[in-house]
Amino acid sequence: MSDTTWQTIDTSTLRERVHADRIAPSLYYDPNLFEAELERIFYKTWVWVAHESELPNPGDFRTTTIGRQPVIVVRDKTGAVNVLQNRCRHRGATVCEEHKGNAKGFTCPYHSWSYALDGTLRALPYGDGYEGVCEKGDLPLAKLRVGIYQGLIFASFDENVEPLEDFLGGAKPWIDLFMKQGAGFPIKANGEHKFKFKGNWKIQLENTTDLYHFPVVHKSWMKSIDDETAAAITSFMTSEDAFCRSLGNGHSLAVLVPELVDLDKDDGAPLPERFNELAAQLAERHTPEEVRRIVRSLMGVGFNLNLFPNLALSMAFFRVLRPISAEETEIRHVALAMDGGPDEANRVRLRIHEHFQGPFGFGSPDDAEAWERVQRGSHAGPEVPILVNRGLNRETTAANGEKTAHATDETGMREAYRQWRAMMEQA
Amino acid sequence: MMDDRNALFSQQTFARAIEFIWREAEMLDRRDYRAWLDLWDASGFYVVPIDPQATDFAATLNYAYDDQHMRELRVQRMVSGYSASASDAARTVRTVSRFTLTSDAADVVEVKSAQVIVAYKRGVSTIFAADLTHKISFASGEPRLVEKVIRLIDSTEALSAIGFLL
Repeated sequence: MSDTTWQTIDTSTLRERVHADRIAPSLYYDPNLFEAELERIFYKTWVWVAHESELPNPGDFRTTTIGRQPVIVVRDKTGAVNVLQNRCRHRGATVCEEHKGNAKGFTCPYHSWSYALDGTLRALPYGDGYEGVCEKGDLPLAKLRVGIYQGLIFASFDENVEPLEDFLGGAKPWIDLFMKQGAGFPIKANGEHKFKFKGNWKIQLENTTDLYHFPVVHKSWMKSIDDETAAAITSFMTSEDAFCRSLGNGHSLAVLVPELVDLDKDDGAPLPERFNELAAQLAERHTPEEVRRIVRSLMGVGFNLNLFPNLALSMAFFRVLRPISAEETEIRHVALAMDGGPDEANRVRLRIHEHFQGPFGFGSPDDAEAWERVQRGSHAGPEVPILVNRGLNRETTAANGEKTAHATDETGMREAYRQWRAMMEQA
Repeated sequence: MMDDRNALFSQQTFARAIEFIWREAEMLDRRDYRAWLDLWDASGFYVVPIDPQATDFAATLNYAYDDQHMRELRVQRMVSGYSASASDAARTVRTVSRFTLTSDAADVVEVKSAQVIVAYKRGVSTIFAADLTHKISFASGEPRLVEKVIRLIDSTEALSAIGFLL
C-alpha cells in the first residue's frame, strides 16, 4: 500500500458507496479506488494465472500480469510450478518478454544476470564488484505463493493468504463438474482470444452471472445459430430449474441449462441435430456411449461459475479479466479441448468458440459495446446508483449461507460486491 | 516468344488481381457486405489467424475461420440491426499496398500485400495493420476469392472488439 493511496482512500465511505442492492457509479471510474483495489484485492488474494496444460514439460512457461505486476508461470526441473516476479533483482528489467515458450532459465538483457526455472540467481558477470557486498543466494526472482486445484493455477502475493481450497470453498464442487466436459479426457487449454474494452473490471465481473442480458445483447448471435440450440440456450429465461447462487468468498454460479450441469448424467435426450455429421464420424471409432458423452460435452457445461476476482469458468471456456486502469480492462477467452480426444470433435469446439468469442466473434463485440456504454453512462448522475437488486424478492438463503434466486437475478453480483467490500475494508 | 507472352499474361493477371483487391477494400469501407459476399468462390475461406505461424487453420483457434456459410451468417449479423457493435460500428478507411505476386499457378494467383485500416469511433482512431494474402481464381473468367488470410501484426495481443470486417 502506497502512502498516497492511504491518504486518498477513506474506507469509512465504502459503506456509503456499496450497499447490498446498489453501488455508487464512482466504483467504475475512481482512479484512487482502483489503486486500492490492486493493493487490497489483486495483490492480496488468489488470482488465476494459468492452466497446468499450458505447462506440460519442465521449462514450459507463460507470462502474464497480475494488476500491473508482470509474472512468469513456469514449470521447473522438479515438475513444480513456480510463479515468479518478472523483474531482475539488479535494476528491475523484465527477464522474459515472450507470451509462452520453453526455457532453460531466464537471463536479464541488461547485465546478463541469469536465473534458474525456480528463480534462483545462477550467475552474474564480473562478480568481483559484489564480493562482500551481497550474496547471489539472497537475490532470487521473487516468488509468489502458488495453489493448484483441478489444473487451475492460482498465485498470491500474500505469503499469509488462506489455503487455496479454503478460498475456493463452495465453488470447488462446481469446478469439479466443469472439468467433466473433457468427456473422459483431461481438459487442455487450446488457444485464446484477447481483447480490451474501455470500462472498469467489475463490469466484466458482474457479467458472467448476468444471464438477464443474454437474449438482448446476443440477439444477433442467436439469429446465427439453429433454432434448436437457440431455444436450449435461452430456456433459462422461463425455466424454474435455472438459478443463480452465491457460493461465498465472492464466488457465484449461474445455471442456465440444468440438464447439462453434470455431464456424467445422461438424460437420454436426442443429441442436437447440428452435430449429426460429427456423431457419425465419431461412431466409426467410438462406442455409442462415448459418442454421446463427447457430443453432449461440446457446448460445455450448463453453467457459468464466477471465481472472485478474475476467473470465470463459463460453459466451455475460461474467461479471465485483468484490470488495466479504472476505465480499461483486458479479457482473455481461453478455448478448451479434450487432451488426446478426437481431433474432429476438438475442431468443432474451436469453431464453436470462434463463433461467439473474441474481438471478431458474434458475441463478445456486443458484450464489449454494452460494457463500454455502461462505463460512459455511469459518469452521468454520480449520485444515481447502479442497481444490483434484481431478484431480492425471491432470493432464499440455505443453512450454509448460500443464497439462491432465479438465473436472471443479480445474486452473483451482490455476492461479488459483498466480498469486494469486505476486502476493501481490510486495513 | 512464349516466355514473353507468359510474362505479359502474368503481369495482366497481377494487375487485375490488384484492381480486384482495391475494389474489395472499397466495398468493405463502404460496408457493402452483401456485394462483398458475391466476390467469393463458394469453396473459399476468410481467415483471421491468431498464431502468426499457423497454416493449418482448421486445427487452430482463429479470430475468424469462415467458410461460405459462416461468411453469410457474419454478413447477416452485420446488416441485421440486432448487433449493437455492428449497428454502431467504427467508420473505416483502409489502404492496401506493397503488392507482390507470389504464385500464378493456372487460373489461381496468390497476391501478398499490406493493409492499414484506421477505424474511427467515438473520438478514437484505432489502427489495424496486417499482412494480407489473397488467393484469387480466374477460372470462370471473372476474379473470385478462394482465400483471404489477414495476419494482424498484433494478433497475439489484446485487440479492440470491432463491428466491421477486416
